Amino acid sequence: MKYEVLVEVRLHDDIADPAGATVERALPALGFAGVEGVRVGKAVRFKVEAPGPEDALLRAEEVANRLLANPVIESAGVRLLGLLEAPS
Amino acid sequence: MSNRVAVVVFPGTNCEHDVVRALVGLGGQAELIWHDQASLDTYDSVVLPGGFAHGDYLRPGAIARFSPVMAAIERFAASGGPVLGICNGFQVLTEAGLLPGALHKNRGLRFLCETVEVEVASARSVLTSQVETGTRLMLPINHFEGCYTCDASTLQMLIAEERIVLRYVENPNGSIESIAGISNAAGNVVGLMPHPERACDPLTGSNDGSALMQAIAGISQMAAKS
Repeated sequence: MKYEVLVEVRLHDDIADPAGATVERALPALGFAGVEGVRVGKAVRFKVEAPGPEDALLRAEEVANRLLANPVIESAGVRLLGLLEAPS
Repeated sequence: MSNRVAVVVFPGTNCEHDVVRALVGLGGQAELIWHDQASLDTYDSVVLPGGFAHGDYLRPGAIARFSPVMAAIERFAASGGPVLGICNGFQVLTEAGLLPGALHKNRGLRFLCETVEVEVASARSVLTSQVETGTRLMLPINHFEGCYTCDASTLQMLIAEERIVLRYVENPNGSIESIAGISNAAGNVVGLMPHPERACDPLTGSNDGSALMQAIAGISQMAAKS
């Protein structure tokens, strides 16, 4: 079975985010008032082969925590987007 | 006899020749080695130079950490061998877990390319073994992700164990405690954001890096002066 996965890499709340702060400061100039708490992260999509959804999630979490996020400053949220291919 | 220094080249490393030139200019011996090398048995010390290892994709050092040479560097460091990471090399060492903490985007989101004053905070490390604590050095910095970050307990440990090696006199990038360089507990693994190899010749504006690079080259200051 092949599953599609979305990993969202986020900076920990207590880590300063200069990219987020810069985006937030730019918004009023574009006429967007009342937007705050901007945090910039990364989204990574990939496909994973696994016998079932639980295994797919476990494998994706391993990829996310071993490589995609640096646990010192980031955390990773992993979501299965769906089943792409099932054996007919 | 000076140390045989291995200067590690990843795809995207770009300061390796500066490091070799500085070490050889000081009377040392240095050789470039490719990142797929799995043994460091014939070397006395290792330098991970600056640049953009594996394109800095994902995060600086995130992919380089999985290069074959890293397992050899881990063994080399565990056996007490001197390991120096400069700039991107520092980022690689933190990603590999050989040094604690992480290097994050500079405060103000600015790429910094300037010569700054740093103060030697500990002479316990292999890099600073030939200089006194409190010595001030002019060294170039050249980075976007040089803001040193770690959790509170790690910071307490670094302070208590005198593992903060260098501090910026004026913090340019938002690093916690103005940290410019740290070491492991034993002091044989050191990472720093400034480039001492670019300050080893008066022609380049500062010769203050020489005392640091000599220590890596395994040349005593007395020998170098005579």
